[in-house]
Amino acid sequence: MNDRASIRCENISVGYGDHVVVSDASLMLHKGEILTLIGPNGAGKSTLLKTLARVLPLKAGTVYLSGQDLMSFKNRELAQKMAVLLTHGKDPGMITCREVIEMGRFPYTNMAGTITASDRTIVEEAMEQTGVRELAQREYTRISDGQRQRVLLARALCQQPEILILDEPISYLDIKYKLEFLTTLQRLVKQRDITVVMTLHELDLAARVSDRIACIKDGKIHRMGTPEEVMEGDYMETLFDLPAGSYDAVTGSVEMEKIPGASRVFVLCGTGNGTGAFRALQRRQIPFDAGILWRNDRDLPAAKALARSVIETAPFATVTDEAIRQAEKMIDGCETVICTLEETDRIHPAEHLRTLMCYAEQQGKLRDMEDLFNG
Amino acid sequence: MERGSNGKFNGIMVLLGLMILGMLLMNICIGSVRIPLREVIAVFRGGTADPVNRDIVLQLRFPRALAAMLLGGGLALSGYLLQTYFHNPIAGPYILGISSGAKLMVAVTMVVLAGNLRAFTSVTMIAAAFLGAMMAMGLVLLVARVVHNMAVLVVAGVMIGYICSAITEIVVTFAADSDIVNLHNWSRGSFSGITWNNVLALTVITVLCVIAAVIMAKSINAYQMGEQYASSVGVNVKVFRVLLVLVSSLLSATVTAFAGPVSFVGIAVPHLIRTVLHTADPKKIIPGCLLGGGLFCLVCDFLARTMLSPTEMNISTVTAIFGAPVVIAMLLRRQKEREVSA
Repeated sequence: MNDRASIRCENISVGYGDHVVVSDASLMLHKGEILTLIGPNGAGKSTLLKTLARVLPLKAGTVYLSGQDLMSFKNRELAQKMAVLLTHGKDPGMITCREVIEMGRFPYTNMAGTITASDRTIVEEAMEQTGVRELAQREYTRISDGQRQRVLLARALCQQPEILILDEPISYLDIKYKLEFLTTLQRLVKQRDITVVMTLHELDLAARVSDRIACIKDGKIHRMGTPEEVMEGDYMETLFDLPAGSYDAVTGSVEMEKIPGASRVFVLCGTGNGTGAFRALQRRQIPFDAGILWRNDRDLPAAKALARSVIETAPFATVTDEAIRQAEKMIDGCETVICTLEETDRIHPAEHLRTLMCYAEQQGKLRDMEDLFNG
Repeated sequence: MERGSNGKFNGIMVLLGLMILGMLLMNICIGSVRIPLREVIAVFRGGTADPVNRDIVLQLRFPRALAAMLLGGGLALSGYLLQTYFHNPIAGPYILGISSGAKLMVAVTMVVLAGNLRAFTSVTMIAAAFLGAMMAMGLVLLVARVVHNMAVLVVAGVMIGYICSAITEIVVTFAADSDIVNLHNWSRGSFSGITWNNVLALTVITVLCVIAAVIMAKSINAYQMGEQYASSVGVNVKVFRVLLVLVSSLLSATVTAFAGPVSFVGIAVPHLIRTVLHTADPKKIIPGCLLGGGLFCLVCDFLARTMLSPTEMNISTVTAIFGAPVVIAMLLRRQKEREVSA
């Protein structure tokens, strides 16, 4: 029915033993697409992934690979079509990276596992594309986690798969290796027209690398679509049960929880200089208010996440008297007012800023942030 | 570079082969009666030789040396397969109690059949030992299902071994009968009293098991990276695991049927071979274990016979003296490596 559909799941249920973790899940994926499963720990992402890889038995429903029932594949056929990169493999002991990569030829070699000249060409190509050629003779247990993941990716490529399944491939890597791994993966997917299904905990990176995202929660595929569709609004906060405003879907940046209690400081801010001040106040457990921010201001997401209350206003519009009065009222309730604008930005301040700074000055509340923290 | 490491492998195999040949001859020549090499060669070539010496060579020492070699290789291979199964180099047929299980069933069979010496064939003995080995293995696997800690599993295996040994002692004590004077010596492990009939039986079984292991070599390689990985490249993990258990149990059962429980060979030899060859490739480790285990047991049996001559020590005494330090060294090295990588 769908020739282009590389993977199609119809109403599948997955789980361990008698326990069903995700039920009634349906999804469809085209060739060359990257699908990322996200969701809270224990939601069943890995279980779903391992079921697609046929490592775990399917509980109900049907999975089709290029229109053919997953369960009807012979072991060898499946291994030629699909490669899997799972976490927590065993330590194989004294073995070189080349030997690990050559294992990817398993589904193609004869009974004795002989590596032929053509196998060797494929191994070389995979090493080249993943940038692990210089690791070939190194012992597999003595390379870094980042290098190991690339070696495993090379091994997976040696299976010449149409489908690649990866379980948290970048979880233990530092940020450089995370980016490097995903960049390599993305390039390979486009070059070789491979379909990828993976799980990631890195929401920011998931939003950037995935063609589609499926969110797993409460035993269901809770939402599925392009990253922009899925991450729209405050959905990530719903998915992970986060406090409102703590995750910014546009930048993928995260804020700590806001400090409870009556506000002690009012932060006059804008243009992104306020964000650092908000975090500094949060770290010192000081509740604060912030304003007046245009809705397009870079400070707004952090302000909404961390401040007790934020005065916001329409972008590029003159700030209304009402908003100013509101701010004055907040200043009345605080001990201190700090202004995070750079000196150069204060030379010709907007009307409302001048008003509020004068107001704070008159009450003797306007202080530098350093004074506040050191005093 | 690849060719170099293959060259090294071939060199070591040839060296092991030559050493085995040398030990075979030493085992035949040296003993309570010393037989000159010239005479031994004469016996083999069917030339004129002293009939007593001929009997000693052909009926006692040669079959015994061959058996020590085959059983040693079998034990080392059995250990290697168990280590593959448990993903751990400390696993072995003796330490997990499998040898003792086999010993128990052989002792019981010997006592039951005491009056009927005709039924006392190699096949009966191997069958009894295999049954006992499978029973002990079953217990170990049950424990392994509950605990996933190798240290606990090993302790459980040692305990299973003690229980089996204790019951064996009881059986042997109750059967203190002139028909089975050998039983006591046998139950502590010895290569003495091996007949050509025994050698034939154990050759057949060892060869079959080696063939099975060679066929499994490719899957063993994939299985080393973890079960899930092995299944993802097309290994039928369930069948593979059953085969591992069957072949390793059959090998250690065969050894026990003829020589009683022999300690530490199953752990020490695969470790030494891995270290010397510096590889985890089953296609190299399997022949390495066969030759290395054969040589190890030939040396140990030689020492067991000659060190306190004319008294003969039991084989496990000697294998423990050489094998246990190797195991300790291995544990220390693993610990050190873990600290370095942590």
